[in-house]
Order: sequence, then structure tokens, then C-alpha cells
Amino acid sequence: MTEIFGVPLQALMGQLVLGLVNGSFYAVLSLGLAVIFGMLNIINFTHGALYMMGAMFTWMLLEYTGVGYWWSLLLAPVGVGLIGILIERVLLRHVYKLDHLYGLLLTFGLALMIEGLFRHLYGAAGQPYAVPSQLTGALDLGFMFLPKYRAWVIVASLAVCLFTWYMIEKTRLGAYLRAATENAKLTQALGINVPLMVLLTYGFSVGLAGLAGVLAAPTTQVGPLMGSNLLIVVFAVVVIGGMGSILGSVVTGLGLGLVEGLTKVFYAEAASTVVFIAMAIVLMFRPAGLFGREK
Amino acid sequence: MSPTEYLRVSDLHAFYGESHILHGIDFTVRRGECVTLLGRNGAGRTTTLRAIMGLTGKRTGSIMLNGREAINLPPHRITQLGVGYCPEERGIYAGLSTEENLLLPPVVGSGGMSVDEIYAMFPNLWERRHSQGTKLSGGEQQMLALARILRTGARLLLLDEISEGLAPVIVQKLADVIRELKQRDYTVLLVEQNFRFAAPLADRMLVVEHGQIVAEIAQHELRQRKDMLQELLGV
Repeated sequence: MTEIFGVPLQALMGQLVLGLVNGSFYAVLSLGLAVIFGMLNIINFTHGALYMMGAMFTWMLLEYTGVGYWWSLLLAPVGVGLIGILIERVLLRHVYKLDHLYGLLLTFGLALMIEGLFRHLYGAAGQPYAVPSQLTGALDLGFMFLPKYRAWVIVASLAVCLFTWYMIEKTRLGAYLRAATENAKLTQALGINVPLMVLLTYGFSVGLAGLAGVLAAPTTQVGPLMGSNLLIVVFAVVVIGGMGSILGSVVTGLGLGLVEGLTKVFYAEAASTVVFIAMAIVLMFRPAGLFGREK
Repeated sequence: MSPTEYLRVSDLHAFYGESHILHGIDFTVRRGECVTLLGRNGAGRTTTLRAIMGLTGKRTGSIMLNGREAINLPPHRITQLGVGYCPEERGIYAGLSTEENLLLPPVVGSGGMSVDEIYAMFPNLWERRHSQGTKLSGGEQQMLALARILRTGARLLLLDEISEGLAPVIVQKLADVIRELKQRDYTVLLVEQNFRFAAPLADRMLVVEHGQIVAEIAQHELRQRKDMLQELLGV
């Protein structure tokens, strides 16, 4: 059997694919965080809780109504997006003009409340969610077996990132968003309904978090804490990629997933810290992040 | 309100935080007229435009735009009443190409200039339409800031210091553009420091001092009252 540095190729590729799967979640989540930060000036700590909510909705839809994975892929993100819109309307709107710290504390507190609520209702332990029948099994690539569901997660996440990038960089709506991110007041004075844009941006971005939650449901235990475990790493991704940079979030998300995967193969003890080591190194040389512009 | 009146500002007070900047501004602009606000730096001219656009802090008084009260409207609703705003700092977006900058403001009424007409008026912008907006020269950025509000169908243009810091040949070009806009029956409210630029264009000049209008001079009175103007403006 082929080996690389004493590691069987099959094991190495397996970890790389797992790394890419994790990286896909990092990418989708940090993308939403980057867009929210750019537009709302808020460090959205509820992002992990909303990701968890996406997964919980998926599980609840099946458990209580029998609605399966494919419908959840549509319904759960929409539900999460609507909750996001409610959060923006009722709460976030009041902290835009204040220091970042207030938005951070508000969203952090909110995340704790959402997690607490689900813990109260369902307990801390996770619920299993089955891989949809169409995506069970694996593809034989010759040099490795690629589980179909993992391939799907990677492809779907990349498609979502590409779609978001296209919407922001290439469409009229995206031009509004970029303009409002750069100079909200002037953009409004040019006739664009910026408060509505902000509302939709937040709804869409947390909807992405919900979608990541649906994609994650069959890969993990669906439980109230799945978001907070992930969110810390996602914030490291955002910092490394550069606050507010879309391309940076996606590339960094996938890259760090791979780095994590590789570390698991060669020095598993460091796998959970390698992201933060990377963050420290990047910040030493590029304080604005890899793709961020220094102000 | 007389039918020819497009903008009536009455007893307008405006604040930035605690600072009380405008102390009861009163003036009207008739349809098709070009009016200039003159005054020293800090007199409140820019703030007057910003207050009309809803970009200051608290405002009181009345701003009638085309027969509609605008004092309590948010900026995008004011624009939708047919106003185009060109800010002093020009406000070209770095994240948008020249063409995206040009196409950014939504159409608010019929009768705006077509993109072809605009490119014919400003050939430089056509040549550089794919460049990043802020990579343009200062003069080109000023033309872009002006051009993008001509597309929307806005009939009242609020232009803040458009000749500031530009080469004489470009200032000349801008004067030609304003003349053409007047022929096309646009209503223009200019804020200007450059008296020689504004004087031949304006039908009336309003002198702002300490957040109030202290003098009004019509085009035909300009010659007789030049001394008074120089004293007020300190030029």
C-alpha cells in the first residue's frame, strides 16, 4: 500500500476529505460573519447558535412532522433567516451606532439564551440524524473511498460560497451591498433603502448558518452545543482571513480545514490548537489578516 | 405654494450632536432655477445641503420638496422625491467600478439622462468605465459623482463644492455641464467657495453666515453689490 511519510495514503486522503468537510462549514459560517461584520458592524456571536438551530430544525422537522432532509435543506435555513430578521428588527438595530463591544455582548448573550432554551427542551446530549438514502455509501476513486455525503457537503458548500460571491460581486443588489458597507449614509442619500438592505443581509447571512447546520446534521450529533464548539474556530478563521473579506473567509476556511486534517494525521495532539497557532503567526505578520486591507 | 416652487426651506435648524449648526434657514428655489449658497467655511452651507438630505442629526423646521414635507423622512425617501445629491467629498466607492458607481443610484423618476447621453457628456468616464472608482483622477471622480445623479431622473440637484481643488480646464468643463443642465430645465442648488465659478451660473446667490441666510443677490444686481459680497465673503 502506498505510504507518504509513513502514513497510508488511504488514511491521509480520508483525513484530508474530513478536513475539507470541516473547512466547508468554516467557510460558509465565516462568510456569513464577514458579510454581517462588513454591513452591520456587528461581531455576530449568535452565529453558532443559529447554525445549531438549523441542525435542530432539521431534526425536529423529521421527528415531529416527518419532513425529510431535502425539504429541510430549504425550510430550516428559511426558518433561521426569519428568526435572524426578527433579531435584527427587535435588538441589533439599537446597537449599530455603539462600540463593537455592545453588539458582541448582545449577540453573545443571545447565543447563550438560545442554547439554554434548546438544552432545556432537549437536554445537552445530541440526537442522531441519518444520512439521506440517496447519499449513503461511498464512491470508489481508485486510491480511496469517498463517502458520498462528505462529497455532497463539500460540493454544496462551495456552490453556496460561489453563489454568495457572485451575488455580492457581480449583481446590482451586490453593488448596493458593497456601497452600503463602504459608506452607509451616502448610499442611503443616493436613494437606496439601506435599513432594508441591512435587514436582508442579516437574514441571508444567518440563513447561511442555518444551511450549514442542515448540512452538518448527518455528520455529527445534533445537539444544543454543536454551535459553540465550532464558533471559536470560525472566529479564528475570520481573523486569519481578514475581517469583512468574502474571498478571504472562503479560502481561509477551506485551507484551515485542510491544515487541521493534516495535523490529525501527523500530530493528532495539536489538531485542536493548530488553527490558533496559525492565527497567532498570521497576526504577527499581517495584523489585518491574510486578505484584509489595513486601515 | 406657487406652482413654480420646487424647494422651500423654512426655519430650518440642524444639529450635529449637541452643536447647533443651522439657526433658522429660509429660502426657496424655483423650478429650473440655479441658486448658489455662498459663505465662509463653517458658515453652514454644506450643513444646509446635508440637512435637506436628512444626513445631519436632529432637524426642525420645514423642507417642502415638490410639494411634499420632507423634514421627517429618511434620506432614501428624500431622494425618491426627485433629489440628486453630490457630496463635498464626492463619495466615489472604492469597492465599485466606475460603471457600477455610475449605475448605483436607483431611478427615482422619468426623464433622467440615458447612460449613452452621460458617456457622451463625459467621454473620460466611458474610457475608464471598468476602472476602480477611486483610481480615477480628482476631476474624473467629480464628473462621476455628478454623472451618477443625472441618470436617476432627479430634477433637483444639490451640488456641494464641485469645483473645489480642480484644474481650471475641468472647472470650465463643469461650468459647461451646469449650463447644459439649466437648459434641460434641471433645478440646481450649488454650494460654492469659488465665486468666479458660481457667479455666471447662478440666477440668485444666497449668502450664509452663522447658520442663517444674511443676504440675497440676484444675477442682475451682482455688479452693484459686489463690494458688499466681498465684505461678507472676505474674498
